[in-house]
Amino acid sequence: MSIISIRNVTKTFVGITAVDNANIEIAANEFFAVLGPSGCGKTTLLRMLAGFETPTTGEILIDGVDVSTTAPNKRPVNMVFQSYAVFPHMSVLANVGYGLKVTGVPATETRQRAEEALEMVQLAHLAERKPDQLSGGQRQRVALARALVKRPKVLLLDEPMSALDAKLREQMQLELTRLQEEVGITFVIVTHDQDEALSMADRIAVMQSGRVEQIATPEALYESPDSRFVADFIGKVNLLDGQVTGAADQGVTVDVTHLGKVTVPHSGHAQGQVSLAVRPEKIRMTVARPDSGLLVQGRIVDWAYYGDTSHIRVQPASGPPMSVTVQNDTRSTIENGDVGDQVWLSWRAEDTLVLDR
Amino acid sequence: MRVLRRWVDPLDYAGRIWMRAFFGVVFILLYAPVVLMMAFSFNDSKRNIVWRGFTTKYYEKAWNNDGLIEAFINSLTIAAINTIVATILGAMVALLLWRFRFPFKSAYEGFMALPIVIPEICMGVAMLAFFSRIGWPTGLPWPLNLSAITIAHIAFSFPFVAIVVRARMAGFNRELEEASRDLGASEWQTFRHVIFPYMRPGLVGGALLAFTLSLDDFVITFFTSGPETVTFPVKVYSMVRFSVTPEVNAASTVLVVITLIVAALMLRVQRPGQGGSP
Repeated sequence: MSIISIRNVTKTFVGITAVDNANIEIAANEFFAVLGPSGCGKTTLLRMLAGFETPTTGEILIDGVDVSTTAPNKRPVNMVFQSYAVFPHMSVLANVGYGLKVTGVPATETRQRAEEALEMVQLAHLAERKPDQLSGGQRQRVALARALVKRPKVLLLDEPMSALDAKLREQMQLELTRLQEEVGITFVIVTHDQDEALSMADRIAVMQSGRVEQIATPEALYESPDSRFVADFIGKVNLLDGQVTGAADQGVTVDVTHLGKVTVPHSGHAQGQVSLAVRPEKIRMTVARPDSGLLVQGRIVDWAYYGDTSHIRVQPASGPPMSVTVQNDTRSTIENGDVGDQVWLSWRAEDTLVLDR
Repeated sequence: MRVLRRWVDPLDYAGRIWMRAFFGVVFILLYAPVVLMMAFSFNDSKRNIVWRGFTTKYYEKAWNNDGLIEAFINSLTIAAINTIVATILGAMVALLLWRFRFPFKSAYEGFMALPIVIPEICMGVAMLAFFSRIGWPTGLPWPLNLSAITIAHIAFSFPFVAIVVRARMAGFNRELEEASRDLGASEWQTFRHVIFPYMRPGLVGGALLAFTLSLDDFVITFFTSGPETVTFPVKVYSMVRFSVTPEVNAASTVLVVITLIVAALMLRVQRPGQGGSP
């Protein structure tokens, strides 16, 4: 049973289509992420769920009720804003209790529930502080507690981590996942950060210029993207352009420049111009010519050291350079090669994807 | 260890002697006349030239000058009504300009601010012509006889309030309003609990401005007042035409003190951390 049904929703502002015929079903207790580059319409979609925008066409159902034109204060959803929007003139406790106070919950119950919510986000000791005496991470927790205290059916989060530094971001990601399991309500998070979406969400919708490109689990999105855009947007990918020359048993044969005719597994239907996609970490880099797999020879042109991994760019005889990610699994990785060395790149046919061009 | 020669830090302007001297000169030019006026209100002499000893008799004299007291009460009444009406009107205009989009908005904004740039003398003449043209009734009982002056004051002071409040609202994070709605508050509750507390320092500043503008306005008042409706600045002007007596000084000192008290009270209201807690 879906808690949220977005059916054929389109939103046009003067002259531009922000959301183009979106269809999304979100299950109860799911941690759902909407991922896309800035301007792809993901925030507009979230604002339609919250009630700050009304769909131009289509309908939005929350828990089976059509809320397409319901006012924001009448919806069983609450939102954590990008700026956190903590009320600056109220104490932390008053902020958290605000949503209960304005809806007529008695003062004693308001106080008790607000204190419980603050405990849940580990801020009980700061209840009397004013927001300007809090750090960014603490303000975010106030915003979370303030939304969760209302016991919404769905919690909406708009780019919640964008104002936090890297370490705090990682900590909050874990914390959000824990909270979601603890309170057992549906979380819908909007983000442009693929790591955030991949690490937290149960399912992800990838959006591009108003359209929903693909909805899938993080693993499926990364390993089996439907389109070039998704493959390119989630993680890094090497794309090799080629021409389908024939269908084999459970696969297709593709003619690729400086790779020759290769047969790769493919379940769908492919013909004409296609791209072979392979992730940088699926590629092995060796000095000697390997015996099997898809092979490309080239010269190392760039070597970026990241501590745990190294990102290397290899220029084949023709075409664009290819990216390779190497695990630095020993302390001495220099023997793997250096800029200017001739190397062989190899990967398995089953790690290759066939995408329409 | 080498001891550095103590010198003025590059950005420590207040430490430079020429800067201090400049501050001093500015300060004296600004406040010496006011302090002198206050000092000579206690001078035991008919003229404001030579100090002849301390006295408070001119305060007593001013207090017993019925014409002066009446003008003073008129001024305070006009200023009080003007402050209330101009603040409400100005705040509404500011909210309208901040909140809504409508045709000819920028034109409206410009016209609204015109009274600030129009020379006061023109406003005065215009008001005089307007009130006589429409035949505004004169000779009404107090305080209705002050209505023309009050209307004129409201007309030129509410744009100041609107501009102050508008500037304050420009810094308002619209997500606060959305957060309030999202948490279940109606539009009215959102205004009361979120927008109004944010607006309050602007309202206080605007009200203070409207109060002092009205209290010390001479030009526009001079054109709209009749023989029965004399305000404090107009009365002082007529007294000074004969001679500057310490009586005028005494009355002016009281006015300065009242203005300072009002300013201090209002600044206290909008002290950070005090404003707007429920």
